[in-house]
This record gives sequence, C-alpha cells and structure tokens, in this order.
Amino acid sequence: MMISLHYEVDGQDFALAGEASSNVKKVLKQLGVKPDIIRRVAIAMYEGEMNMVIHANGGIADVEITPSKIVIIMQDTGPGIEDIELAMKEGYSTAPDAIREMGFGAGMGLPNIKKYTDQLQIISEVGKGTRLEMTIFVK
Amino acid sequence: MKVERIKEILDAEILAGKEHLDIEITSACGSDLMSDVLAFVKDQALLLTGLVNSQVIRTAEMMDIRAIVFVRGKVPDKELIDLANQKEMVLLTTKHPMYIACGLLYSSGLTCGGEG
Repeated sequence: MMISLHYEVDGQDFALAGEASSNVKKVLKQLGVKPDIIRRVAIAMYEGEMNMVIHANGGIADVEITPSKIVIIMQDTGPGIEDIELAMKEGYSTAPDAIREMGFGAGMGLPNIKKYTDQLQIISEVGKGTRLEMTIFVK
Repeated sequence: MKVERIKEILDAEILAGKEHLDIEITSACGSDLMSDVLAFVKDQALLLTGLVNSQVIRTAEMMDIRAIVFVRGKVPDKELIDLANQKEMVLLTTKHPMYIACGLLYSSGLTCGGEG
C-alpha cells in the first residue's frame, strides 16, 4: 500500500503557510499512525513549508506514505542555499526582519527538520533551487 | 492543571474554546519565536506568547498544543480566533506580561518546561 499526496505551496500568503502540513497531519491521523510519528512528520514538513514561503516564493511538496516509512520531498526554484553546513547551524538565518517579527527566521528551520527526521537529504544549487528529502520510519 | 485554573491564575479572558476548559495541562512553553516552540516537544503543553499571527495557531497545531495564552493584553483578529475554533483550541488573553504570566503559573505548580 502506498498513498501519495501532492501539494503546491503558495509563496505569497504567509497566513496560509502550513495548510499542506495540516492536511498531511489529518491524513496520517485517519490512517491511525502513532501520534509521536505524526507530530514529527508535521513539524518537519511545516518547517519545510515555512522555508519555502520565506525564502523561495513557494514550491511543491510530495508525500509518500507506506506502512514502513513516510517520505516528504519538498522542491523549490528559489535562490538555493550557498553553504548548507552553515544553514544547518542553529541560529544561522538569512530571513528578513519582517519574517523575524512574525516569529520565524530564528535559524532553527533546518536544524529542527534534522532533529525530527530519521534521514535528511538536501540538494541545493545557488540560483536554481533546493530539494529536501525527509524520511521518517514508522516503527 | 486544568485550563480553567490557568485562566483564574492569570486573570485571563477566554477568546475561544470555552467548552474545552477541562483540558489538562502538564507543561508550558513561553516564547515569541515559533521556531523555538517547534523545537519543544512535550505532551499536554500550554503556549504563552506575545505574537498574534496565524502561524501561532499553525505551530500549536503541529505540536498538538491545545491551549494558548496571549500575554500583555493582546487580542488576535477574528480570522485567527476562527482558525483556533476550527482546531478546537482554547485561546486566553491576560493583561500580565510574559515574565509575570510564566512566573505566576510556575509558582502555582506548573513547573515542567523545556526539553528533557
């Protein structure tokens, strides 16, 4: 059994960010996935969604759910990440002040994603975009 | 500690979810940084914040947080309150600033917070 979900994340509307993660959370709940797994998926995907809204003017998210794992692939055509190692450091952020005033841009996005996922692959090219593949195993 | 008791301690007003005041709270997190909240995982947690944008509700939703207190007398707009109602959350607002609100709850026995 595999369930595939596809979302387009709107980069224009800060208020709407999180809709896709909210929907995935609902689906996982209906499937009877354990609450702690659902929470990890929801937080990781939500941080990914916020990143796409803040930095890349939106993007697309694909979620594959199987009995053994949940894979979230998030792709954007934004500016890309110059130094991935630096971006992974807690507290490092390139987000503008307007975003900070809204409670984000604290440099915790990618570190949080890494914290809540079992596997994280980041492929990014400056000027072209970023692709995040997050895997969470369902134990 | 029930949300009802938190409302009394903080002399707070209910903005949403008055039918859910019997929710049991065992830990609390006070922050205006949603990314810091997202790094905080505790069950049955309360969020205290001075931020009033819709991402506060989204963050709480992802964290399974069902009760939020806005400090310094802040009142969010109707859209945010509607979203909270939709998610069956309790929203409270207190005149106390963040430091005092956290202190009052802590000294009343709600001492679990942070990681670990």
